[in-house]
Amino acid sequence: MGEAEQDRIETQEYLVNMGPQHPSTHGVLRLLLKLEGEIVHHVDPHIGYIHSGIEKMCESLTYPQIPYLTDRMDYLSAHMNEEAVCLCIENALGVEVPDRVKYIRTIFSELQRLASHQLWWCVMGMDLGALTTFFYGLRDREKILDIFEETCGARLTLHYSIPGGLMFDIHPNFRNRVHEFLNYFREKLPEYDQLLTGNVIFQERTRGIGIFPREAVINYGVTGPSGRASGFSCDVRKHHPYSAYPFVSFQEALDDRCDTLARYKVRIREMWESMSIIEQLIDNIPEGDYQVKLKGVVKLPEGEYFQRVESARGDFGVFIISDGKKSPYRLKFRSPGFSNLSALHAMSKGWKIADLVAIMSSLDLVIPDIDR
Amino acid sequence: MSLEDLNTFIQSIEPAAEVVQGKQFPEVMVPDDRLHQLALELKENPSTAMDYLICLTGADFEDHMKVIYHLESTVHNTVLVLKTKTLSRINPVLPTVCDIWQTAEFHEREVFDLLGIRFKGHPDMRRLFLSEEWGFPLRKDYVDEVRIVDR
Amino acid sequence: MAFSIYDFSSFTQSIHEGLSNRLSPAGTLAVEWVIVGIVILLFVAVFGLFLVYAERKVCAFFQQRLGPMRVGPWGLVQTIADFIKLLMKELIQPARADKFLYNLAPFIVIIVTFLAISVIPFAKGLQAFDFDIGVFFVTSITAVGVIGILLAGWSSNNKYSLIGAMRSGAQIISYELSVGLSLITIVILAGTLQLSGIVEAQRAGWFIYRGHIPAIIAFFVFVIAGTAETNRGPFDLAEAESELTAGFHTEYSGIKFAFFFLAEYVNLFIVSAMATTVFLGGWMPLHFGNLEEFNHVMDLIPPVFWFFIKVFFVIFLIMWFKWTFPRLRIDQILTLEWKFLLPINLFNIILMTVIVLMGWHF
Repeated sequence: MGEAEQDRIETQEYLVNMGPQHPSTHGVLRLLLKLEGEIVHHVDPHIGYIHSGIEKMCESLTYPQIPYLTDRMDYLSAHMNEEAVCLCIENALGVEVPDRVKYIRTIFSELQRLASHQLWWCVMGMDLGALTTFFYGLRDREKILDIFEETCGARLTLHYSIPGGLMFDIHPNFRNRVHEFLNYFREKLPEYDQLLTGNVIFQERTRGIGIFPREAVINYGVTGPSGRASGFSCDVRKHHPYSAYPFVSFQEALDDRCDTLARYKVRIREMWESMSIIEQLIDNIPEGDYQVKLKGVVKLPEGEYFQRVESARGDFGVFIISDGKKSPYRLKFRSPGFSNLSALHAMSKGWKIADLVAIMSSLDLVIPDIDR
Repeated sequence: MSLEDLNTFIQSIEPAAEVVQGKQFPEVMVPDDRLHQLALELKENPSTAMDYLICLTGADFEDHMKVIYHLESTVHNTVLVLKTKTLSRINPVLPTVCDIWQTAEFHEREVFDLLGIRFKGHPDMRRLFLSEEWGFPLRKDYVDEVRIVDR
Repeated sequence: MAFSIYDFSSFTQSIHEGLSNRLSPAGTLAVEWVIVGIVILLFVAVFGLFLVYAERKVCAFFQQRLGPMRVGPWGLVQTIADFIKLLMKELIQPARADKFLYNLAPFIVIIVTFLAISVIPFAKGLQAFDFDIGVFFVTSITAVGVIGILLAGWSSNNKYSLIGAMRSGAQIISYELSVGLSLITIVILAGTLQLSGIVEAQRAGWFIYRGHIPAIIAFFVFVIAGTAETNRGPFDLAEAESELTAGFHTEYSGIKFAFFFLAEYVNLFIVSAMATTVFLGGWMPLHFGNLEEFNHVMDLIPPVFWFFIKVFFVIFLIMWFKWTFPRLRIDQILTLEWKFLLPINLFNIILMTVIVLMGWHF
């Protein structure tokens, strides 16, 4: 509608509270929307409804206790989070973990990424009104959680990595189960495309929606698949390799179309890449110890340590300031969701409410990851 | 860019800044009043091109409070740590960098919320997680009255 | 009392005569009204509940689940249990709602569905009112339902409800055109607006077959527009769960919510029944030109079964849409109607007129 036409009708902006309890905010995120009709003029995220003060708590915990809490931040990439903490502590102590540990950690991370992307996919479909996707995604995710359960007893908050290695060795059946899953999921993943990606309505709803160019993505620190969909090569696995990533070859899923569909497609491609990474590692897990015995009381040398990993949502960082005692002086988590959320306003301004839901869904926000 | 080059580069912009090699990354300590200018130069100058602010951390060291910026260059794939500090505990104020890296808008609000450091020039300096009357929990002299954390 | 499952007209006629012998004409009319009312009420309640059950099962199978299984065999009693729960729930009213309109809205919605059902020919002679303007009556009376939705959204004092109601208003008023025009396409072929007449005219062959190209186009347009009319996915913007929580009925609870819920399913039935009556030959059995024996076997199946088989086919089609497609956006919905369906429809009417004039139909 042209400027002149709009002036003739007297309209008024109004505020709508989306959340804290709302089906598409997936948690207790509250968005204060300023709307004109259906058009979103301003998005003001109000967060902190499940702020649990994890950073403050860590200041009074010993180092081996910290991964227990990180599991509960971004519960969908629990293993990546705890891996980041473990790597940070190991680097600070100068401990080199056996290759076996690196391999298993990487396999777990990639399985976790698959599980997270599967959940994201089913929720994305649901947000756009295709309710069937939800069950397709959960059906496959269940298989991964079963693998986790068999090895470490937990399904969501794994707490499998500990400083110095792993809590236990892998289950003897682990290799078979992973192979079984890969064979199964390689057939099921094309179903995702058939059900949702190829759908005309889905493409109409996502193509060209929420365009966020590369400069803006870097400026707002949007990382992970959401950043890569705008051509921002930000894969920590590529740029600052850790664990077993130096030993595998994989493609960084990049796209330059910058819209919601691109963010969707990057995640689908990442699922294929994750499967290929697991495939390269699963048969080559070296023999050896599954942990290095650390001292009874872990004390980091004085200094500052920063460790980044690629979680399912992006660049996850752990920053420890140590004063040489048994608990950190200050510990900061750089959570990807927090930075991604900061871009939500810029991304969704001028789009419709329905687009806002699609955009938010394509950012894959996990609220405890934002609130910490 | 090697540490010496970085040192000369930063000294040319801001003589008061100190450059040291930290445990992992080069670290630059800059006085708070010169922070904004240096940050802008670090981003705009093609030889550093620190265009991605990874992480913005506030920390309380009893006698002073530090804010630590982890910067990355997406061009050179290098990481740099920029630090600044404020001595005041009553009314700590630092210049904002959210006009340089827009993601800082949220990160600075977080630092304000948890440490009480105000950022001058920030467009929307509200608390982020906690309610208005709450103290600043990440300060070391914070008293945990309801005993949520300390037991 | 003569009763045949193949022809209800003698049965209804005998009831009418029996009543007329005992009562004055006015009394007969009153008693007949009451009987019709009770029958429709029972039908709506039972069939509505059954449709809810059917939808849950269909959706479950689409989603690789079993659906309700615990209450009764195959979960058959589940919806009844749910309905009893709904009846017993507390009626909550928003603090600053417009009380009168808020309470009126669900009744408008449910009454409209009763009215529309009253003209549907279930089988020969099994039709409450046989107007000579039946098609027109159905399209006009279902359009009244949108008033109930608008009132519900407006009076709830909730912005989500209001947005939902406004979306629904824009959507239903637009799609009303397509529903009407696609029905008119067939009316041109049938030459009557009377529903029983339309069914009777299909004795020689269903209209979707007799009208070939334009009739098939009209059928698809009608099913799409009808889905939109009933506010079902992929056109369920009015209650778009992920955007507006529950849209226009966000603030309703208990029996008033149940009315909206029931009305949605009964509307689904009405759309399917209209599609069946107008396009698929109503209660006429399936006949193939010269296959005498096959046609004879088909004749053995009572008309009322034929009617429901066809209705369930269309209902399944519409459920299939809902459980596979994502939701459209409001502007896309309006674009689909005004830029695609409406021009297609207008062209289709001209095509049908030409075909009828030239006698190219079967």
